[in-house]
Amino acid sequence: MSGKERKLAPEPAAGKVPEPMELAEIAVKEDIVHADGIGGSYITHSGRTLPRTVYERYIREESVRTRLVRLTQCLLLGLFLAAWETAGRLQWIDVLLFSYPSKIVLLLAGKIADGSLFPHLGMTVWETILGFTFGTALGTAIAALLWWSPFLSRVLDPYMVVLNSMPKVAFGPLFIVGFGPGALSIVATTLSVTVIITTLVIYGSFRETDANYVKVVRVFGGSKGDVFRKTVLPASFPTIVSTLKVNVGLAWIGVIVGEFLVSKQGLGYLIVYGFQVFNFTLVLASLFVIAIVATLMYQAVAMLEQRLTGGGQS
Amino acid sequence: MKPGEFVSLIGPSGCGKTTLLSLVAGLILPTQGDVRLFGEPVAGPSPRIGYMLQQDYLFPWRTIMDNALIGLELRGMMTAEKKDMVLHLLGEMGLAGFHEAMPSQLSGGMRQRVALVRTLSTEPDILLLDEPFSALDYQTKLQLEDLVAGELRRTGKTALLVTHDITEAVAMSDRIIVLQPRPGRIRREFKVPDAIRAELPFAARECRGFRELFRAIWSEFEAMAGEAEGAEKAAQRAGSRKGGSAR
Repeated sequence: MSGKERKLAPEPAAGKVPEPMELAEIAVKEDIVHADGIGGSYITHSGRTLPRTVYERYIREESVRTRLVRLTQCLLLGLFLAAWETAGRLQWIDVLLFSYPSKIVLLLAGKIADGSLFPHLGMTVWETILGFTFGTALGTAIAALLWWSPFLSRVLDPYMVVLNSMPKVAFGPLFIVGFGPGALSIVATTLSVTVIITTLVIYGSFRETDANYVKVVRVFGGSKGDVFRKTVLPASFPTIVSTLKVNVGLAWIGVIVGEFLVSKQGLGYLIVYGFQVFNFTLVLASLFVIAIVATLMYQAVAMLEQRLTGGGQS
Repeated sequence: MKPGEFVSLIGPSGCGKTTLLSLVAGLILPTQGDVRLFGEPVAGPSPRIGYMLQQDYLFPWRTIMDNALIGLELRGMMTAEKKDMVLHLLGEMGLAGFHEAMPSQLSGGMRQRVALVRTLSTEPDILLLDEPFSALDYQTKLQLEDLVAGELRRTGKTALLVTHDITEAVAMSDRIIVLQPRPGRIRREFKVPDAIRAELPFAARECRGFRELFRAIWSEFEAMAGEAEGAEKAAQRAGSRKGGSAR
């Protein structure tokens, strides 16, 4: 934008304080005078060249800093693994209990080669995905019900408080008896971990919807259903997606604990099995796999969140 | 109110201006008595009424066009002609080419103009304006006042404006009603001289008689403030004398 094209500011009325906009106009005028005064063009002097060099230098410095951070992170991991490996091989630590990285990698490589890891991995990943998607969907549905009926919401309030304070995995044995020792009771355990908190968070978001947006729908004769569909639900959409992200972490807790209690398959089963036969290399290998898969899953949902909420608002 | 008339409600905070608008809009129903529109008591939001809020309250997840169309959508009046009309209206408001934009890409004044299109889209007969210019900067406010007043005059719509701004009330209205708080009631009514009414709001501020009317309304406000103070003092004096608010 060229400052020269702007209209000159009107003279401020007598006794009237100039508005901010007028001040801005006056400032631009002075800038032009100044730029012309030193003989340089207005645009090259203060519009483009100087800021660009400053900006490019800033970008360079920033990328150097980022690389330094990455390098330190890798170094830290390498040091830790090297120290662990050395301590294990030289018997400084109890190898039976702590194992060491190359042993774990060999075990994993073997399990990947003979394909015996994948049924366990697949089972756990499947249960986790079911857990966080259904947990979020069910929690949102209950929240919608509570929003719809203030009476129900008041009636259920103390029960929600009690349920929310309970450690939900303690219901595990009940689910096992109720749903049988299998994937169903593991998913049920996972849902019990995710649903209540999802309900509370999303119901809170429903209630915090700006009353004026509701007014916009209501003055056009919108019904309660319209208010929910056009205002409350879309306004809470970012909250719902971010709850989905939180539920990924919670679902992992539910699934692993569920598998601890009852299962013949899954990473949680591998951990318990390794513990029972005193094969801690297997336990650590399972933990390693969980760390990788859980991070991938979280990142995938985070990317989904970016796409969904970023696309809706930009 | 007469058809085509522009009436302003003005008064200090707490005199029930916005509540009165909500009653007329049918958003809340009166505990006692009734509000009549075209002879019928108001029982809910009527399609003949348009309501404009203090801020635009455009839905950030909808495009400008979808925001402007929400009234037709909710009233179930969406047709191709109506869509064209809204698009034309957006163009008239200087928003041509912005219908695919998101609200966050527009300035405050542009957004409030979209809100105006949204209000006009269902072609209401009566417009309720709840301080629609109060959140804008001064220049934008002056421009929008002219735009709204011109549009209302052209289409012959009736309008009820709530405002804190005495100059805005004088510049825009045919009639000004000063309300009084605690308890809320009408204090005084002013008719705006024809010379001022003939001009658009910006030019009206330069008219003869503008300052006089402004001063007359201002003195009502000062009197109310004085009475409130008097009432407070009277209450402090243990309330021994009843009706101590009168001086």
